[in-house]
Amino acid sequence: MSGAMGAINATVPPAAPSGPDARRLVDVVLRARELGIVAALAALVIVTTALEPRFLDSQNIEFILSNTTIFAFLAVGEAMVVISRNVDLSVGSVLGLSAYLSSNLFTQVHGIPVPLVFLVGLAIGLVCGVLNGAVVAIGRVPSLVVTLASLYIIRGVDVWVVGGGQVVANNLPSSFLSIGTSSIGPVPVMALGVGAVVAVASYYMKKFRSGRELYAIGSNPDAAVLAGLRTGRRVFVAFAVSGAIAGLAGVLWAADYGTIDSTAGTNYELQVVAAVVVGGVAIFGGSGTIAGAALGALLLESINTALYVLGVSPFWDSAIAGFLLIVAIALDKGISTRLTGALRKRNLQYGT
Amino acid sequence: MGAVMTAGLGMAPAATAAGHPLKKGLKVFVVPKNLGNSYFTTADSVKSGGALAALKALGEQGQETSGTADSPSSQLPVIQADLSKGANALVISATDPTALCPTLNAAMKRGVVVVTYDSDAPACRSLFINQASPQGIGAVEVDILAKELHNQGQIAVVSASASDTNQNTWIGYMKTELKKYPKMKLVSIVYGNDDTATSTQVTQGLLSRYPNLKGIISPTTVGIAAAAAVLDTAKYRGKVKLTGLGTPDEMKKYVADGTVQAFALWNPASLGYLAAYAAVELASHSITNAKGQSFTAGKLGKFTVGAGHTVLLGPPFVFNKSNINKFNF
Repeated sequence: MSGAMGAINATVPPAAPSGPDARRLVDVVLRARELGIVAALAALVIVTTALEPRFLDSQNIEFILSNTTIFAFLAVGEAMVVISRNVDLSVGSVLGLSAYLSSNLFTQVHGIPVPLVFLVGLAIGLVCGVLNGAVVAIGRVPSLVVTLASLYIIRGVDVWVVGGGQVVANNLPSSFLSIGTSSIGPVPVMALGVGAVVAVASYYMKKFRSGRELYAIGSNPDAAVLAGLRTGRRVFVAFAVSGAIAGLAGVLWAADYGTIDSTAGTNYELQVVAAVVVGGVAIFGGSGTIAGAALGALLLESINTALYVLGVSPFWDSAIAGFLLIVAIALDKGISTRLTGALRKRNLQYGT
Repeated sequence: MGAVMTAGLGMAPAATAAGHPLKKGLKVFVVPKNLGNSYFTTADSVKSGGALAALKALGEQGQETSGTADSPSSQLPVIQADLSKGANALVISATDPTALCPTLNAAMKRGVVVVTYDSDAPACRSLFINQASPQGIGAVEVDILAKELHNQGQIAVVSASASDTNQNTWIGYMKTELKKYPKMKLVSIVYGNDDTATSTQVTQGLLSRYPNLKGIISPTTVGIAAAAAVLDTAKYRGKVKLTGLGTPDEMKKYVADGTVQAFALWNPASLGYLAAYAAVELASHSITNAKGQSFTAGKLGKFTVGAGHTVLLGPPFVFNKSNINKFNF
């Protein structure tokens, strides 16, 4: 809820002296939330490295970043959807369908240019996202139900199309596979690309009117309608973007893993939603940042890798992810309650 | 059972010495661990000459059914649905040695034939079609790696799921075989759950945790392909040896570029074909599951039921650069 205040303050001219003050307070809190993730990440790195110095080995850093890349990318689209008080559960299935159909082009059309394959992946994702968005925005059906249905439908289409077939590394050109393996120092090229996307999306959500409106819609959909925002259109676009990103992520997945069957991306939706929430995006919309969501993906993936490196049972991985979710939600609740109280007090003090 | 009458008795193609001619029109459900797994597609499909090809040739109603995840909770509802559709026989790769048993035992009491292939559920089936002896599979992988490593160094195993019957049996025999190579040390067994992303992560974890790791055995097709993709970089190619069980198609690139020198497998299509044949033989009361019973499985020739109600397909086959391009599955 905290971001909601910021959003509405940003779109409504500051009529009272409380405006700038409150905004500063909100900024501090938001920044604190991302700082919290960074602090958690730092603590994890310090503890793990103390126990096992090889955790900070450049090869291991490359592994972590390369495994984070696809989740962080998906988290960009998912965060936009969640900020608008919706959820997109179909991203894993969209990724799977796109991964197979796009990489299969290499076996069907000899010498097809790699960028064209990325475009096809993007188009597949966009179609799925547009369908999700249309049903949610025009049909006014809760997105949880819509995307749960499309999760199953799209995976079903995937299993039907792929059958038991698969695309194997031998059929993929090395220029395509090298996208998944090349790196600059310990930073995979794919991670650099996704980092740029995160930066652009963060800037958009912060500075553009349509981005701010997603926060307003998520924080109070009814008020957003009354304020004259075109809520349907904004939510529709958020789903289309999430779908398009999942489609592109499918092509990256194919380049990264090299062997693609109908199981690609299974269960990714929950890991992505977890990353978004751990990254400080409120599950009921209206607050959080894209950068935070990407950091959430990095944190979860780092925990995962830390456990493997330390040789701890992967059971703990799921347990710790669950614990972090509860911490994130509790923090969110606590912060928003306090913030609402603080703002009310100020308003009373200065009068509105 | 009602579907039998369509076949003229005199036309039964493969009457065996043991007794009744083979029935036609039997409802035989082939239940791999999960759908969308290329290994099982090869084992089951008509195109590759697997289980459904055998059923088609015999005039049965064959169908492949399973869930999308490699787990008993995904497989069991499918088996129950198959039974309610009136299955005469089930050909199953068990996702768990015991979890399926209450359902399968109840079905067998009602006369449904249960044959397991690839992964066994010993307490609740008539016959297990063994792809290769577990000793043979475990030993061949260790021997390949020992040769590549000159009998020394740290090695690890990237398995499928911790509850998989066949994986655990093979790993047990790997440990036995490793006693021949005292300078090779098995430092870790990790589980990739037959999921590409998880298998990738656990392989990376091994490389980070054991910088002196010299070799990896992955006795599962998903695991070996994922591990090969991780090792297919200048840093690791040829320096950390990889072997295990893989399909030729998935491994061609990695064998060509030197990431993998040799790996083993049986012919999955023959395994499925044999399992389907055995199921039809049993369902037709042409054979029983007793030791010493024998039958002819079409193009594969004659097989005899061995100890523990099992039928052995044959020794594992080793693929390498010189032969891999002759295979397409």
